[in-house]
Amino acid sequence: MALSRDQLAQRVAAELKDGFYVNLGIGIPTLVANYIPKGIDVMLQSENGLLGMGEFPTEETIDADLINAGKQTVTAVDGASFFSSAESFAMIRGGHVDLTVLGAFEVDEQGSIASWMIPGKLIKGMGGAMDLVAGADNIIVTMMHADKRGNSKLLAKCELPLTGFGCIKRVLTDLAFMEIKDGAFHLLERAPGVSVEEIVDKTAGKLVVPEHVPEMNL
Amino acid sequence: MAGLNKVVHSYEEALKGLSNNMTVMVGGFGLCGIPEGLISHMVKTGVTGLTAISNNAGVDDFGLGLLLKSRQIDTMIASYVGENATFEQQMLSGELNVILTPQGTLAEKIRAGGAGIPAFFTATGYGTPIAEGKETREIDGRHYVLEPSLTADFALIRAWKADTMGNLVFRKTAANFNPMMATAGKITVVEAEHIVEPGELDPDHIHTPGIYVNRVIQGTFEKRIEQRTVKPAEA
Repeated sequence: MALSRDQLAQRVAAELKDGFYVNLGIGIPTLVANYIPKGIDVMLQSENGLLGMGEFPTEETIDADLINAGKQTVTAVDGASFFSSAESFAMIRGGHVDLTVLGAFEVDEQGSIASWMIPGKLIKGMGGAMDLVAGADNIIVTMMHADKRGNSKLLAKCELPLTGFGCIKRVLTDLAFMEIKDGAFHLLERAPGVSVEEIVDKTAGKLVVPEHVPEMNL
Repeated sequence: MAGLNKVVHSYEEALKGLSNNMTVMVGGFGLCGIPEGLISHMVKTGVTGLTAISNNAGVDDFGLGLLLKSRQIDTMIASYVGENATFEQQMLSGELNVILTPQGTLAEKIRAGGAGIPAFFTATGYGTPIAEGKETREIDGRHYVLEPSLTADFALIRAWKADTMGNLVFRKTAANFNPMMATAGKITVVEAEHIVEPGELDPDHIHTPGIYVNRVIQGTFEKRIEQRTVKPAEA
């Protein structure tokens, strides 16, 4: 079975380590906050100027001056700090964030990523994504393996305008967890019940498959 | 002291000198931390041909979206278009010239502009359409793009507290682009939630020193929320 959005978030959360500062993108990455393993301390960075993002507020504590990068109202945890956008991106560009999780339309075997526009159809803007992928060493991209028609989103070369060039090293899709190195996707884990054949079939870029591919632990 | 008292008492005074084809920076992230009254008054002045620099363009009927609707903006420099249908449609039709800029690069361009630095190298955007036509350089084995800084004729800022000399304190994530923009405007106008006397703000806690600020006006704010998210009440 392909992973649900929550299962994707759950698998990413297993990569969190005690003491990490983490930036979570909009969409599936945001859900990772719901699965932070018990007993570890993690600080969530929101690029609009908050380190130490907490859960959603109640009707009583809601504050228009306290939002996350997705413009949702949030709270701040004890130990949080607020700062300007310039300071926020100094943290990001300067490589101070331990893990960045973000979504994508396409990723290719060279580690390039496309996520901000589909010419003629959709322009969202890149927001902070270009800075995040350029600044972070430890990035996990979460995305669907293929589109609704079955076309692979893991390509030999991205077709859409790039967000970053050669910067992605790990990709988690609804079917597989992969590493990108030496110009190829390397299959690390498969979603429970998903066959290696299906993953091979839905990966357009070069895919290296080891002899044994374990199922993900969820 | 009068020379350092920057308080003005009307929006006409606050935006005096704003004219067609000027460049205007507007603080805020989404609808959070925007100078609401100054934006509304810009609409009233009818100035056109503006270049607006702001992370977003508000929503269709609030914030900078109002100036897009009235077609007073020719060029928009922003990092994110989503959430504003007018913006997206005017951009796709070519009516509005949009310079999409990565958020961190936008913040740094403004910071650099205010600090007298004409350009800087950043790895952000290397190998993407953003870098097309720009100078690049390899430094210690990594590729960087030269990004020119930004300044503006007017910077419109929202602060939580301002003293009459223009020292500013921002509140929570309403700071966002406001502190840098305050440094990068030839004329920086601050719309404050609270105006206090000099000495009432702890000098250790001032985010923006008054030297950057030209005018301060008392604002009233709707503080509209774009994505109202709450957790379910405890049972």
